[in-house]
Amino acid sequence: MKTVTLKINGTEHTAEVSPRTLLVHLIRENFSMTGTHIGCDTSSCGACTILIDGKSAKSCTILAVQADGTEIITVEGLATAEGLHPIQEGFHLNHALHCGFCTAGVMLRAVELLEKNPNPTEEEIRWGISGNLCRCTGYNNIVKAIQWASAKMQGKELPSTEPVFV
Amino acid sequence: MGHSKKRKEDARFIQGKGNYVDDVKLPGMLYMDIVRSPYAYAKIKSIDSSKALEIPGVVAVVTGKDLEKYNLHWMPTLMSDTQMVLPTDTVMYQAQEVAAVIATDRYIARDGKEAVIVEYETMKPLMDPFDALDPEAPVLRSDKEGKTDNHIWHWEVGDKEKTDDIFSNADITVKQQMHIPRIHVASIETCGCVASYDKVENHLTMYMTTQAPHAIRTVIALVAGHVGLTEEKIRVISPDIGGGFGGKVPVYPGYVIAIAVSFLTGSPIKWIEDRSENLQADSFARDYHITAEMAGTSDGKIQATRFKVLADHGYTDASANPSKFPTGLFSIGTGSYDYGAAYMEADAVYTNKPPGGVAYRCSFRVTEAVHAIERMTDMFAKKAGKDPAQLRMENFIKKEDFPWASPTGWSYDSGDYHAGLKLAMDTVGYDELRIEQAQLRKEGKLMGIGISTFTEVVGAGPSKDFDILGIKMFDSAEIRVHPTGKAIARFGTKSQGQGHETTYAQIIAEELGIPMEHIQIEEGDTDTAPYGLGTYASRSTPTAGAAAAMAARKLRDKAKKIAAHLLEVSEQDLEWEPGKFFVKGAPEKVKTIQEIVFAAYTNHPEGMEGGFEATHYYDPPNLTFPSGAYICVVDVDPETCDIKVRRFVAIDDCGNIINPMIVQGQVHGGLTQGIAPAMYEELIYDEAGNILNGTFMDYLVPTAVESPNWETGHTVTPAPHHPIGAKGVGESPTVGAPPAIVNAIVDAVAHLGIKHLEIPVTPFKLYKELKAVGYFNQQEA
Repeated sequence: MKTVTLKINGTEHTAEVSPRTLLVHLIRENFSMTGTHIGCDTSSCGACTILIDGKSAKSCTILAVQADGTEIITVEGLATAEGLHPIQEGFHLNHALHCGFCTAGVMLRAVELLEKNPNPTEEEIRWGISGNLCRCTGYNNIVKAIQWASAKMQGKELPSTEPVFV
Repeated sequence: MGHSKKRKEDARFIQGKGNYVDDVKLPGMLYMDIVRSPYAYAKIKSIDSSKALEIPGVVAVVTGKDLEKYNLHWMPTLMSDTQMVLPTDTVMYQAQEVAAVIATDRYIARDGKEAVIVEYETMKPLMDPFDALDPEAPVLRSDKEGKTDNHIWHWEVGDKEKTDDIFSNADITVKQQMHIPRIHVASIETCGCVASYDKVENHLTMYMTTQAPHAIRTVIALVAGHVGLTEEKIRVISPDIGGGFGGKVPVYPGYVIAIAVSFLTGSPIKWIEDRSENLQADSFARDYHITAEMAGTSDGKIQATRFKVLADHGYTDASANPSKFPTGLFSIGTGSYDYGAAYMEADAVYTNKPPGGVAYRCSFRVTEAVHAIERMTDMFAKKAGKDPAQLRMENFIKKEDFPWASPTGWSYDSGDYHAGLKLAMDTVGYDELRIEQAQLRKEGKLMGIGISTFTEVVGAGPSKDFDILGIKMFDSAEIRVHPTGKAIARFGTKSQGQGHETTYAQIIAEELGIPMEHIQIEEGDTDTAPYGLGTYASRSTPTAGAAAAMAARKLRDKAKKIAAHLLEVSEQDLEWEPGKFFVKGAPEKVKTIQEIVFAAYTNHPEGMEGGFEATHYYDPPNLTFPSGAYICVVDVDPETCDIKVRRFVAIDDCGNIINPMIVQGQVHGGLTQGIAPAMYEELIYDEAGNILNGTFMDYLVPTAVESPNWETGHTVTPAPHHPIGAKGVGESPTVGAPPAIVNAIVDAVAHLGIKHLEIPVTPFKLYKELKAVGYFNQQEA
């Protein structure tokens, strides 16, 4: 067994884990933060995406021991005392989630995307989240949500969140 | 109604506070993992669990022989076939469950699984359904006494003689063999459960990824009744579900094993399958081989259609259809067109593939039917020398001809197909696109325009025809309004992302005038919710949504009586507007719904029952018939054969719309699940029965890059028989999109001599077809 200490959403956590324990299981089972999900066994779906030292990563493909000493943000850490993170607001207002299973992973991936590229084009957003599978939404509204969050984070005029029909 | 209210359920999902099955953690819980067969067809010679049991933390290894002692090694399927829970002697498909390992954590359970040694004697599997029909073929289901072939059932509908007669005398006939490939729902959450049996109370709580918790409870009671587990002692809880799409309707062996082990050990058992297991073993969808034919006049009038289906069900018919419909509602395949004769027949066979035939985002085999009719309509138009849009316009059932009796026995309730297609054509700029296409062809560029104008049939269903295992397919709503005028409503359905907590609240708010913010919606707990058959086949709004309106109307009737009592007038003197009753001509004499409800608990009229609750079980008089007109524009790279969807316009008609935002979201998602089988997804097996793409590395679920920017709109033709005129929409796009896409791709290369393309149309498949017609030779020349 190995001792790992990491900061999750600003709080330090320590656990004794076997060296083969996946980070996603450490977060979900040892620390009971179940907002991070598991959707596949080949690092393809991105449901387990979290931020490790600010970078998005698939926590199903990282050993808990590898994450020793890192700072992690999960979906539970997106909102602050002031309220929801703009990406959370964007997802809600633009109907960018249906079943909610992929949502945490896509949002965390989007947070990093917007950090690096505050004003992405639609194509950059689509490629940017191409490591996250969503089976419900058809992605249109996820793109819209990320565009909305981009505007909000830059203090720009907010796009309409009403659905557009032909 | 008609407002794009933001969803009530979002708050927990965007903050990581959803509660999915794998989030359930109970004291003393053990974990289960499943040993699966590497072979498609083999005798089990021995199972040696000793090495597994030596691993500290491995509690038990369960085999078919263990379950046989309790007669739990086989279970019925929803189609009254039989399916192994665990085999005692033979495995019938690759990845079939062979044994279960129970351990103190999921890693140890996996270690145990690796340590179980199974000796097999392999046999040559039967993978091709046509081969399976060969009289010389080995009989796969030798467990069935007297079974001498691999044929499961034959089904037919329509007037064969009349249809054959039209075909013999028609000016034009077209015929195409097509395969609707085996695909998988691939919801991002896989399947799983926590089975928790309390020995003292003789009570089972089953947390489970199921779209139909009540039906599952009844099935458990029927299967496990003989060991003393009766229905009142079973509580099925379907918590938040991470996508269902029909894949969470069946009962999988893992659920049953978990229950059995919990029953025997008294410990809660968690079983969560991984993605590869999910793709390789859980119910597939589609896999229909269809010979489709259409006959008509030389000027393009459709006169008859004839479909012959061979359905590959794998080793058991584990479809999830209503009992009387072995091919589901495939008979909707006469489409949106006005003609009088059709004949359809289907035969089902066993092969060494996983069982199933689930209704993947489709009202039971409607997708297969729509693909056939929409491909044939295009082929017929081509042969008649007509533009496919014009031919459709000329053949549509006219809106004044509803209700319309279809040649296969349906009574289409309503529709305005001309308006839908016109809106789609105007939106996409159809005429301009045809001009552009002609120009591009001159430049050697490949661009195609494809249309699909489909009719769906959803909302199963009227009790005279629709049941599952004998249970009629009504659905239910129960509304309780508390003294302060706030409500809770419970339903027999179960959302898996459809947004029921919002739309049902909107229906009740509309009917009772209580703000939707104060209406709590609950589903998925069989101890609290009224009985219903669940959510699939776009049935929730047509059935439970109707039940909500009807229950609310019962309450409104009661409210009127109370208001009359409070205002000391007769009921006839009262008028309703959402949220209040007032005296006709004296609007100041008014009682709000909140005042009325409070009175129901504090000051109800003498002789009236107190309280303010109502339940309704809604038995629909007919199904609803949503329709759509979809137009797809593709560009094909003439060198790489890469196919790009340039535009996709989807006009849906689902009757009255409760929440346009949610309807649009459903359409977006369904369209991406439509492009998936059209261009990317197919479960592929080799001759030895190995699945070649059983993981998310190679089963190609579309990402945001493959998925185009969908353009959606609607026409509104209310369902005349539904309390709020709604029709159901969740599946229309999955049903309607594939033929629009394929029609577009075929249209892009039709001038080169290609008449048909099998889905998924991959660049390599298209390359081979183009090569076969000498396209690349011409280019080089």
